[in-house]
Amino acid sequence: MLSALLAGCSDNTAQAQRKIQGIVYCAEANPVSFNPQVTTTGSTIDIIANQLYNTLISIDPLTAEFRPELATGWEISEDGKQITFTLRKDVTFHTTDYFTPTRTMTADDVVFSFNRLFDVYNPFHFVGDANYPYFQSVGMDQLIRQIVKVDDYTVRFELFSSESSFLSNIATDFAVILSQEYAMQLVAQERKQDFDALPVGTGPYKYKGFLRDNLIRYHKHPGYWKHDLAMDQLVYDITTNNTSRIAKMLTKECDITAHPSATQLETLAARKDIRVDKAVNLNVGYWAFNTEKPPFDNVLVRKALAHSIDFQKIMKAVFYGNGIQARSILPPSSWAFQTQAMPSYDPERAREFLTQAGYPDGFEMDLWAMPVSRIYNPNARKMAELIQSDLREIGIRATIVEYEWNTFLERVGRHEHDSVLLGWAADTPDPDNFFSPLLSCTATFSGKNPANWCNPEFDLLLTQALDTSDLQQRKQFYQQAQQMLIAELPVVPIAHGMRFQASNTSVMGIELRPFGGISLANARKN
Amino acid sequence: MFADFLFRRLSLLLFMLFALTAFTFALNYLFPGDLLTNFSGELSTNFSQTQILQQKYHIDDGLLVQYQAFLLRLFQGDWGLSLSSGQEVFGHVKQLFPATIELCVYALIVALCLGIPAGVIASAYHNKWPDKVISSLTLLGFSIPVFWLALLLIMIFCLSFGWFPMSGRIGLLYEIPPVTNFILLDIWLHDFPYGGQAFADALHHLTLPTVVLAMYPTTVLVRFTRDSMLTVLEQNYIKTARAKGLNRRQLILDHALRNALLPVIKQIGLQFSTLITLAMVTEVIFSWPGIGRWMIESIYQRDYPAIQGGLLAVSFFVIFANMLADVIHTLLDPLARNQAHGKV
Repeated sequence: MLSALLAGCSDNTAQAQRKIQGIVYCAEANPVSFNPQVTTTGSTIDIIANQLYNTLISIDPLTAEFRPELATGWEISEDGKQITFTLRKDVTFHTTDYFTPTRTMTADDVVFSFNRLFDVYNPFHFVGDANYPYFQSVGMDQLIRQIVKVDDYTVRFELFSSESSFLSNIATDFAVILSQEYAMQLVAQERKQDFDALPVGTGPYKYKGFLRDNLIRYHKHPGYWKHDLAMDQLVYDITTNNTSRIAKMLTKECDITAHPSATQLETLAARKDIRVDKAVNLNVGYWAFNTEKPPFDNVLVRKALAHSIDFQKIMKAVFYGNGIQARSILPPSSWAFQTQAMPSYDPERAREFLTQAGYPDGFEMDLWAMPVSRIYNPNARKMAELIQSDLREIGIRATIVEYEWNTFLERVGRHEHDSVLLGWAADTPDPDNFFSPLLSCTATFSGKNPANWCNPEFDLLLTQALDTSDLQQRKQFYQQAQQMLIAELPVVPIAHGMRFQASNTSVMGIELRPFGGISLANARKN
Repeated sequence: MFADFLFRRLSLLLFMLFALTAFTFALNYLFPGDLLTNFSGELSTNFSQTQILQQKYHIDDGLLVQYQAFLLRLFQGDWGLSLSSGQEVFGHVKQLFPATIELCVYALIVALCLGIPAGVIASAYHNKWPDKVISSLTLLGFSIPVFWLALLLIMIFCLSFGWFPMSGRIGLLYEIPPVTNFILLDIWLHDFPYGGQAFADALHHLTLPTVVLAMYPTTVLVRFTRDSMLTVLEQNYIKTARAKGLNRRQLILDHALRNALLPVIKQIGLQFSTLITLAMVTEVIFSWPGIGRWMIESIYQRDYPAIQGGLLAVSFFVIFANMLADVIHTLLDPLARNQAHGKV
């Protein structure tokens, strides 16, 4: 049989001269969905957003200016309530095993994509869990009056009021353009539930297959409107174990590896064929308390907890010098950042606060730690252990709780926790991105607010900041918001991490963004 | 006479299958959580869906009716949905099990090719240096834990020398549509433009897991062949043959080997259950996409329908493999047939 096999192969030697082309990216988790509209999970966005889809506009990572993508231009009316986008012509959707497009992208697709998010009459609005965490938490569903098709290549967004972060939100990885024609085909076939699992987009790669816990395969999208750089294939090797991911990098089974941990950076950097990229990233790792549950509804208890932890020790043992200690919930590179008087490590004071709150002997609590390594918290388990031992000093007995990542997020969304170590990586450079999706009242309802904190005063500050486009004024509102957070402490900001990426030196053009995910649209291998 | 034997074996098989399915059925009740979810794998939230499921699984009827329905579903291939992937358990099993069997088959082939000759050599040179070398190597291979060996090989051959890849069945860029799910066969069946490269790559990926998995059965076969040969070589007919002036080669190959291999064949069948267990460990370490890795993953995620399905499939397979080895052994060895009847 072996000789037969080899004989069969030799016929193809001429073709086999050319080596198979493609990039293998070792990812840290299964994607939750294949549609960025329905999730904010960073690991999922990294895998799907920039590879499969395009947005109307994007933000330049260096200048933070808006760049045209599927929209070639945009106009904002005097009162800021009408934004008109002119669309690019000849943008083709993916031709896949399950869908063959008959037309190029038009205004219908844009209207459909956004209507799905905001219009309850859209046939897809309630498909899946009918939850659009990003747009709901930033309150976009309350903002948009309607989306109008002016002609085939012009779309107008009509807002109830002008909002300064509107364009930033349209430029996030979540505001992707989907094919209306594909959606209608699914309606006709009564397979609406497949919409988020079998994607059709306009990006440089198209979906080919997904084998849970194993791999995701994308093929090149021929006729991609922007350029012809894409490789024949882009394959995601799902390797949840940190060490295995690094080992695969060393054996050259991966071309790119997501989130190598800080301890492994030296080993990687010592190799000539591996490049380690560091990127400043707008993010924050924090410890959130479930402020609806006693005793965490008491600000004195929250203060006691915040004063009990040794930030220096965490920075050393978890970040290995590759992060900065937080001075506010906003990272220092954000334009609205202002240093805050953060609670310092002071067990004595912590005990005093506890006594004042009526818990001189402490209490028992849960401390949820993320099971995966993220930029804002490379090792939540270790951080949890450090915090646990610090808490023991002031008489609080903490139990560390861990679940599989997607289950973990789901349960935190249902506010089952006492306190949780989580974080946030920004999707836009707009400071609102740190406040509204995390700490606003609407975020509480959409399950994104891990502190379960709803404070009308705070929400008012955010609304005021969004209502004005005067930068100085916005800055002031955001600074008040930051002060309020430190006074109330629904979350204790801990650190801002750096984003790391290891890649083979033969791979070029990987775009690590300071906000949002990673883009492999321009990546190629020599 | 053989038909009689076969009938007895088949009834034993039926009884074992009954016990196995009854146990799996009971698991639905023993696992924590909602009974309907354990059965179907659907996290049903709304009332009408729950009602449909209750009807389908005959929850309100007696246990016997439920068990009957359970058996019927098993035969129809409706093994419920996996909680973590939301896809059919039977689909997963169909897709993943061949990868495990493939690994076991290759390991067994390696074990046969190495173990039997090594055993014969050891017995031929009984108590001389080849015997001593083979015996000590066997002891070493027998005692080394499989996960330790795997990690050791990965450290030396993958990470230090970079000779072999450390995970998967084939480079991920080669897209081989699964037909038989035996990777080498699939590459051959599918006229792939990079066929040659893919084939080499698959062999490359196969090497270390196969070596690791083959270690244990090889050592067992060496010992068995050696002992069995030694027993046969002591027999009178061999002494007679020797007295007639046959040389050692003729003695061993023409007269002793055939008889010595009979107990070894039985042993191969018995090895299958050990082999499957070891394959699970090997799969986890080498990220081999087989049923073992999937089951262990399911246990971590408390995916009860998947655990049940995996358990059922693996047990079915082990029982069948044992039975088959038994039947073949009996076909080749008339004495064993009589023993099975208890009338020697």
